[in-house]
Amino acid sequence: MIPGSFSYHRPATVADAVKLLSDLGDEARPLAGGHSLVPMMKLRLATPGHLVDLHGVAGLKGILRDGGNIVIGAMTTQHELLASDEIGKSLPILHEAALLIADPQVRYRGTIGGNVANGDPGNDMPALMITLGASYRLEGPSGAREVLATDFYQGAYFTALEPSEILTAISIPVPPAGHGSAYEKLKRKVGDYATAAAAVVLTMSGGKVATCAIGLTNLHETPLLATDAAKAVIGTSLDAASLKKAAAAAEAIMSPAADARGPVEYRKHVGGIMVTRALQRAAQRAR
Amino acid sequence: MAKTHVTMKVNGAEVEGLVEPRTLLVHFIRENLQMTGTHIGCETTHCGACTVDIDGMSVKSCTMFAVQANGSDITTIEGMANADGSLSALQEGFRMMHGLQCGFCTPGMIVRAYRLLQENPQPSEEEIRMGISGNICRCTGYQNIVKAIQYAAAKINGVEFKEAAE
Repeated sequence: MIPGSFSYHRPATVADAVKLLSDLGDEARPLAGGHSLVPMMKLRLATPGHLVDLHGVAGLKGILRDGGNIVIGAMTTQHELLASDEIGKSLPILHEAALLIADPQVRYRGTIGGNVANGDPGNDMPALMITLGASYRLEGPSGAREVLATDFYQGAYFTALEPSEILTAISIPVPPAGHGSAYEKLKRKVGDYATAAAAVVLTMSGGKVATCAIGLTNLHETPLLATDAAKAVIGTSLDAASLKKAAAAAEAIMSPAADARGPVEYRKHVGGIMVTRALQRAAQRAR
Repeated sequence: MAKTHVTMKVNGAEVEGLVEPRTLLVHFIRENLQMTGTHIGCETTHCGACTVDIDGMSVKSCTMFAVQANGSDITTIEGMANADGSLSALQEGFRMMHGLQCGFCTPGMIVRAYRLLQENPQPSEEEIRMGISGNICRCTGYQNIVKAIQYAAAKINGVEFKEAAE
């Protein structure tokens, strides 16, 4: 399988990359880790005339603490996320999820920016980002802007990213010390996309849930924030009745596609179970 | 489409070539460099048979363009033997533990296991299994591949390899 012909560009700055995308128009695609785009090109499902490789752009890699936020450069790979002590300490849910993405080889190349910007409902990081209240820095011909992850996803592969804009960084508010988190992902085998997955970040106070956010992966054409499900457990000790209410509230907003991973009813059912398990595990980890 | 001149270091030797941007790294290695040890299995980034080591990373060379490897330092299965031509610890492990049957996945397995042991010289069985989870073998059931990597780890660490009781 050989991709169609294209011209290769390797800009050194964000400004040059944006200019290339802007000048080349619809035929151009930015290339990050390439582990979604290159397979699509080999199948000729994607036939861009120009690739703008972001690997040569300085300053798109790295993990920084900026006050109460962790700022991650878009070209930071999943492997680099896993190697970061700062992420392990402040945002352990990112480590947990990154380890469930694809396989070691893919994680050396796959980037967090590509994962969140592609708009693929099967990608794991978007649900984490909406759960954590992250925002994305988008840079385009008319400057830079910050967009909340919750406002970014519009449909499968449709996002707030304008043509010739590049997602350059992700800013994540660090959850309070003592928070608990968990990412529960049901998949058929190593490397698979989720049949259903749920992310939970919560805090506990006096044995009861004080704050809670729940995100869902691959259960809709966009990642979902399960607000009602989170409300159902706040103030409770995660007793069986509350967990059941939360799972039901989450299932009510799921609309997965029927595919090789199972029929709609099955995926919603296991989606509810992922929510339940993630809530329980996050609570165990909270202090 | 205009061809691009690329240079890179492969198994310690400087190599160069003219490639179209769409030329995949695995095709450059196999066809331009005539090093056919790196295999093409699934071509869909799943099987890991095409794994090579690039600048300290295990990479599926079917999912990267040769132009992207310009200037990089690559090791393939052809570069895995010791400098004197004798088998490296990993190669010896695969031989001694019968870590292959048809052998198609073996180049990718060995190149991947090389990086795994560089990063984690004393992996647990679980870490080995997760570490090679991007490499598919359809013959062995993985048991002897895991043993081969354990054998190599023991040899590298200068300890005696003992097979776990089954």
